Amino acid sequence: MPFLDLLKLSLQTFRTHKMRSFLTALGIIIGVMTVIAIISLIQGMNQEVERQISSLGSNTIFVQKFAWGMGQIDFDEIGRRPDLTLADAEAIARLGSIAKVAPQRSRSVNRITYRGNKATGVEVTGATPSIAATANIKTEAGRFINSNDSLRKRAVCVIGGQVVDDLFPDDNPIGKRIDIEGKRFTIIGVLERKGSFMGQSQDNNIIIPLATFTKYFPLPRSRRGRVFRGISIQVMPRKGVPLDRAIDEIRELMRRRHGLGYDKPDDFGINTQDTLREMYQNLTRVAVIVMIAVAGISLLVGGIGIMNIMLVAVAERTREIGLRKALGATSRTVLWQFLLESVLLSVVGGLIGVGLGIGIAAIAGALIHMDAAAPFWVVLLGFGFAAGVGIFFGIYPASRAAKLNPIEALRYE
Amino acid sequence: MREASSYPLIRTDQLTKCYRAGRAEVHALRGVTLTIERGEYVALMGPSGSGKSTLMHLIGCLDSPTSGTCEINGQDIARLNDVELARLRNREIGFVFQTFNLLPRLSALANVQLPMIYAGTRPRERTRRARELLTLVGLEDRMTHKSNELSGGEMQRVAVARALANQPALLLADEPTGNLDTRTGQEMMALFDHLAEQGNTIIVVTHDAGVAGHARRIIRLRDGMVEAE
Ligand SMILES: Nc1ncnc2c1ncn2[C@@H]1O[C@H](COP(=O)(O)OP(=O)(O)OP(=O)(O)O)[C@@H](O)[C@H]1O
Ligand SMILES: [Mg+2]
Repeated sequence: MPFLDLLKLSLQTFRTHKMRSFLTALGIIIGVMTVIAIISLIQGMNQEVERQISSLGSNTIFVQKFAWGMGQIDFDEIGRRPDLTLADAEAIARLGSIAKVAPQRSRSVNRITYRGNKATGVEVTGATPSIAATANIKTEAGRFINSNDSLRKRAVCVIGGQVVDDLFPDDNPIGKRIDIEGKRFTIIGVLERKGSFMGQSQDNNIIIPLATFTKYFPLPRSRRGRVFRGISIQVMPRKGVPLDRAIDEIRELMRRRHGLGYDKPDDFGINTQDTLREMYQNLTRVAVIVMIAVAGISLLVGGIGIMNIMLVAVAERTREIGLRKALGATSRTVLWQFLLESVLLSVVGGLIGVGLGIGIAAIAGALIHMDAAAPFWVVLLGFGFAAGVGIFFGIYPASRAAKLNPIEALRYE
Repeated sequence: MREASSYPLIRTDQLTKCYRAGRAEVHALRGVTLTIERGEYVALMGPSGSGKSTLMHLIGCLDSPTSGTCEINGQDIARLNDVELARLRNREIGFVFQTFNLLPRLSALANVQLPMIYAGTRPRERTRRARELLTLVGLEDRMTHKSNELSGGEMQRVAVARALANQPALLLADEPTGNLDTRTGQEMMALFDHLAEQGNTIIVVTHDAGVAGHARRIIRLRDGMVEAE
């Protein structure tokens, strides 16, 4: 029997059984749609976070007062921790395995102005020139801070893209003087843009020399005269030195400097990209499992829906097959007709599901400001599963009916 | 099959059919042996439950016997494969079911076209012939009705039109006039007479002696056996 005629027969079924076809397709659509939407969102989130994490630089070690993602927080112990100092940074710099050390401190400033324009919530960081290497910072225009700026405690700054947008909507910022909490700073460079993370701009920042920062923005002191926040130190090991070895050396040095006994735990934190990655995974593990379970369940529900509709139709379809065979259809022709019908339904339903899933993920992604990427394997998985169920339950009863002789099939209840 | 051959068109030998209804066994046919030659016009009679429909299904290659053989044109149909059987049912046999068996959601026209679809007839030719046949059975104004929107008699006539679609050499009609009024029934029988005159072989199941009178041979069944000729 020509393929075209078979196709027409299958299409005829959709016309004569609109509701059944629609419900079957609906099952496929729901299954595929949910899986694609959910996994796209998870994947989009993971990619976004991963991009952020890798922007830290795979080789950079962050020596800080706290370890990231510490399990239980013992406020007493934390309160007693010593702040990190410039002397710590210098000591680390003297270690044989270390190439670059960048001590830094930062604060959020709400009053930065240029003429009538204002920038708020800007992260102002005091840093040394080596932070360009450890934090992978590039300038887009002008230059970065150098050791001379630090030495002379110059009031110069390199500003992020968001600050440029806020203060210099149509001016070249280089050489202009801006006002940071009442202090005048000359702009020497503009930072390359990093874009936004989860809807938050990462270009709303200003970098000034660390010495200038300490001079102009004295940190608040406690009543006992202790500085609340010390510095944090970014460290880059020498080329060829394994990260672990560098970390071990730093840990040993810091423990010695803090006079910790063998039985005492670290009173500082050494963090890397991996620490953050672990932290993120710990945070999201449960959420991801739940979401994948939801996706799985919706696939199952879709699959059961398809199955039900197909099984309800078995008696009717068995009689139809009996009649068609009585009128001269071969078993093969009948099977092809049913296969084609299921494939068409599954493919059309699957495509609609893929479209809706990607659409929903894109809308949800836009709402929470991230790219929801539908990985190809998810599209294949959702599509394949739904189509598989649709085709199986379309063709399986048909293949059983085709084995009966016409009268048996016609009598089927 | 139309070509001359030394075999009779239909020959059954000790044909039995046993249905299993739950625990009980129903012997619908208990050894039917008969021969029907090409061109014969036969009426099959007998009380209800005597196995007339069962015999028709076996001759029409729609069911398989419990024992015995059924030969069509000298060929044991138990030995035919799926494709050969399909071809036989499609081209050589026109079957009018006692219960019509139309596809409910299709129009009368589409129902009549079904056998022609499987015969590979071009769509234009299919439609033309289906119209012609429906007109022949007096349903020219019911062509686009869904088959479940037709009366019993109308369904019966669609079933006859469908059986004639591929101009079969053998027409098996299980009570084709059961739901028809006298006049329509007579028209139907006139059609059958005409087909018989053209040399087609016809077997009609009927309870109606008037209908049986059209046939040139009457076979009576009782309790699954040939009672009398
Ligand atoms: N599928 C079946 N399962 C069990 N018993 C069956 C089945 N089909 C038919 N029978 C039995 O076989 C016997 C013969 O049935 P059949 O339909 O051939 O009778 P019939 O002569 O055509 O009767 P009628 O004139 O009422 O149509 C009946 O007793 C019937 O109950
Ligand atoms: Mg009967």
